[in-house]
Amino acid sequence: MTVASTISKPLSISDIRTSILNGKGRASAIVSASYEQIDAHDAHVHAYLSLNRERALEQAARIDGLAEKGESLPVLAGVPVGIKDVLTIEGLPATAGSKILKDYQAPYTATSVKKLEAAGAIVLGKLNCDEFAMGSSNENSAYGPTKNPHDLDRVPGGSSGGSAAAVAAGMAAATLGTDTGGSIRQPASFCGVVGVLPTYGRVSRYGLIAFASSLDRVGPFAANVRDAATVLGVIAGHDPQDATSSPVPVPDYTADLDKGVAGLRFGVPSEYFAEGLDPEVRAAVERTIGQLRSAGATIKPISLPHTRYAIPTYYVIATAEASANLARFDGVRYGFRAKDSNTLAAMYRCSRDLGFGPEVKRRIMLGTYALSAGYYDAYYKKAQQVRRLLTEDFLKAFAEVDAILTPTAPTPAFKLGEKTDDPVSMYLADIYTVTASLAGICGLSVPCGKSKEGLPIGLQILGKHFHESMAFRVGHAVETLQK
Amino acid sequence: MAELASLELTAEEESHMLRDLNAILEHVAQLNELDTSNVPPMAQVNEVLGNVEEKTVLRPDTVRPSLDRDRIMASAPETNGIFFKVPKVIER
Repeated sequence: MTVASTISKPLSISDIRTSILNGKGRASAIVSASYEQIDAHDAHVHAYLSLNRERALEQAARIDGLAEKGESLPVLAGVPVGIKDVLTIEGLPATAGSKILKDYQAPYTATSVKKLEAAGAIVLGKLNCDEFAMGSSNENSAYGPTKNPHDLDRVPGGSSGGSAAAVAAGMAAATLGTDTGGSIRQPASFCGVVGVLPTYGRVSRYGLIAFASSLDRVGPFAANVRDAATVLGVIAGHDPQDATSSPVPVPDYTADLDKGVAGLRFGVPSEYFAEGLDPEVRAAVERTIGQLRSAGATIKPISLPHTRYAIPTYYVIATAEASANLARFDGVRYGFRAKDSNTLAAMYRCSRDLGFGPEVKRRIMLGTYALSAGYYDAYYKKAQQVRRLLTEDFLKAFAEVDAILTPTAPTPAFKLGEKTDDPVSMYLADIYTVTASLAGICGLSVPCGKSKEGLPIGLQILGKHFHESMAFRVGHAVETLQK
Repeated sequence: MAELASLELTAEEESHMLRDLNAILEHVAQLNELDTSNVPPMAQVNEVLGNVEEKTVLRPDTVRPSLDRDRIMASAPETNGIFFKVPKVIER
């Protein structure tokens, strides 16, 4: 069964704002329609973990009030959005997909969400994800997995599976997700929507429940590239509350969308088309690259020689940082506390054991090991050294090309349960996405075809640090060529 | 290792964990194929972006209101309204 086919036409951000502006649409009606879609289908998809109807309808009424008075409307006026449950909103739950934060209510709002709401967007609810954003299939959510709206027997990808599925099922016009090793791009690819990995430091992480701080990024999902570019323009920029956010000015990401690809140089790395790539994914990606060539782009074969070391590098660095970040969940200040422990140390251990799921424990253990005395040099330091080599691969490549084109994921969406018993095979689902995470560059996944079974296939477009405009320009060209 | 990570694992969890960690570490061992003796470690990406303007990103250290105490205490498992309460730390 497919829920994606129930959407007649996906909501577009500019259409929503225009219809409210000229009095044909009302924000309240748009929000109600989104909730109707959720009520009709989310029992099957399970994209949302919590909804906040009253709050959303109040905000919609405020937008309608502005429109009635003829006042100017902000850029995301009336746009229904969903937020991955790792980002905080004051007074609302933030479970991070974990039991340890089951009844937690956030005392403040993440900067990215604050910026969306200031631009008129209306938050419908919080979205399902793998526990603490650790996973590639959404099956690690303590609240049950999200299903792929294109085929309910399949995973939506992860960790931002709820964010991708909500857009694909017409349950939000745009959503926020987070990407640490591919958690925006891979689910976007599996669900047939656009997902953006902004440059490291481009979007504030204040209010993000941290997983791996040198890798975590917040980014948008939308039904098309223009909408994704519009949302990124709203949430990007320096934030005094996040010392890792960048002061580099934010351009208008929609300005270059229609410039086409004639004269641009695209690198196609041989390492991303090797063993393990599904033939249908390969065919769709190669066909798209051919279309870009016909549209006037130069295609250049390149090599990113350290690619095969990316997964082990990533899993050492990400787990090491996670083991430190997740130390804060100890049953003292917030979240779950195990009852009847006689000592503080026992309370820590029991709270964490009952509160965390198996994948989170696995990563905490691996990270603790990688950072422990005697192993630090062999694992953590070694991985940081290889991280530099991987990053230099990209810097060299970008001296000669404007963007790099690869498949987003080696396969279309796989079946629920298919990889849950083998952590290494699950980790390999991120093989094409972790490299950009480690190098801090930007990128996006844009739909570029479907398999014979009707499953979406994504093209990954990678750009230089802070060159999101280029990735959007190429992505928009790909969309145009598909039509 | 579980003690270091403040995790309490059951015997069953422990054997699964051992199996999974060994598989992952075996995969990670590939990194030893690379000679990195002359490569400085990279903690995060700003270290390699020589071309991007390096401005100080720290804000001035000025006193401003923090989060509301009542709000924070409300989300804690056990407090006396002013402090977090925990089980005994030192045994008599």
